[in-house]
Amino acid sequence: MRAVVSLVVVLLLLWLAVWTVVARDAFLAVAGFIAYGLLLSLVWVRLYGIDVALTEAAIGGGLTGALLLGAVGRLRGTEAAARSERPGVGTRVLAMALSLGVTAALVLCVLALPEPGPTLAPQVARELPATGVGNPITGVLLAFRALDTLLEAIVLVIALIGVWSLAPDRFWGGRPGMRHHADPDGVLAYFARVLPPIGIVVGVYLLWAGADHPGGKFQSATILAAMWMLVQMAGLADAPAVGNRLLRAGIVAGPLVFVAVGLLGLWTAGYFLGYPQGWAKPMIVAIEVALLPTLVLVLALLMSGAPARSAER
Amino acid sequence: MSFALDLFSVVAVSGGALFYLAGTVGLLRFPDAYTRLHALTKADNVGMALVVIGLMPQVGGVLAGLKLVLVWLLVVFSSAAVSQLIARTARRRDART
Repeated sequence: MRAVVSLVVVLLLLWLAVWTVVARDAFLAVAGFIAYGLLLSLVWVRLYGIDVALTEAAIGGGLTGALLLGAVGRLRGTEAAARSERPGVGTRVLAMALSLGVTAALVLCVLALPEPGPTLAPQVARELPATGVGNPITGVLLAFRALDTLLEAIVLVIALIGVWSLAPDRFWGGRPGMRHHADPDGVLAYFARVLPPIGIVVGVYLLWAGADHPGGKFQSATILAAMWMLVQMAGLADAPAVGNRLLRAGIVAGPLVFVAVGLLGLWTAGYFLGYPQGWAKPMIVAIEVALLPTLVLVLALLMSGAPARSAER
Repeated sequence: MSFALDLFSVVAVSGGALFYLAGTVGLLRFPDAYTRLHALTKADNVGMALVVIGLMPQVGGVLAGLKLVLVWLLVVFSSAAVSQLIARTARRRDART
């Protein structure tokens, strides 16, 4: 029975993936991609990867889907022109051969993996108590592979700077996107008043629970950023001007704290990002808490896009 | 007692799945955005309610049960709000054409 359910989900996932690729309309392709992300998170739940499932639902399906929807809206005007120009037969055959080649190489690699696969899981399980956190994912992300997480946070900040740099010169330091207007007594405004208090509690809970249970700063930041976006879309608050010093300080605070903790490790534990004996858990929690505002701001501002109007209202 | 509770769960969740199925058939078969929304939101809300009620005896404690109820309320709330927004967008689009 379980095998049948798994098989149905796998077939559905493959069908949805193919459908998303062949969809001619960009909006339909993005809709397919979002549904694909949500289905994929169900697969991760079935594989007992709750952390991955949460991340996939929040970032893979939710945030990336919303970013792609924004891109589709911006590409509306050029879509018909792009569709009318068809590449030549040679280009298409080449593209097909290339994609099939990559797929075949991936399949071969997966089939060539030794059985059982190489794993560091027993080592992680053995060393995890030394970090003081109960969730092995958090332990890996912030103790054993903390450098990856640090670079990830910095990459996000750089991505935001990249988006900002698309602003026309006269709007540099201004507010991103359109000012949203909605009926102040309407459904959307009501929704944006009732949901954020619940969303903020859920987001903070996810961050706090992340030390010992599935959850963590990324999932938490996505929910909090979504709440902020909702308030902006309902016209209850305006997007911040990107020249705001407080905003910029909040964005760099997380990586700075992370680097500071890393340098502290150089002094106390003898290597970069090392934690002094017995202090691992407080340090990890401090990094998570410091990264949260950075991630919320970066994710929400990535959604808002480049500055498009001056800082005055 | 546990058999009766299991039976209750199976019946309620199956009933919920039936409502979801009906809502999806409506979504696929109905002619315009308003009737499709009507089918989807009404049927899915009842389906969700039945699934949550059916799962209630299976969760191990009051706290988990309350979480299920919270999920249920959030889904009902957001689907009600979003369907309003979709219907309004559809009406605006129809008025333009």
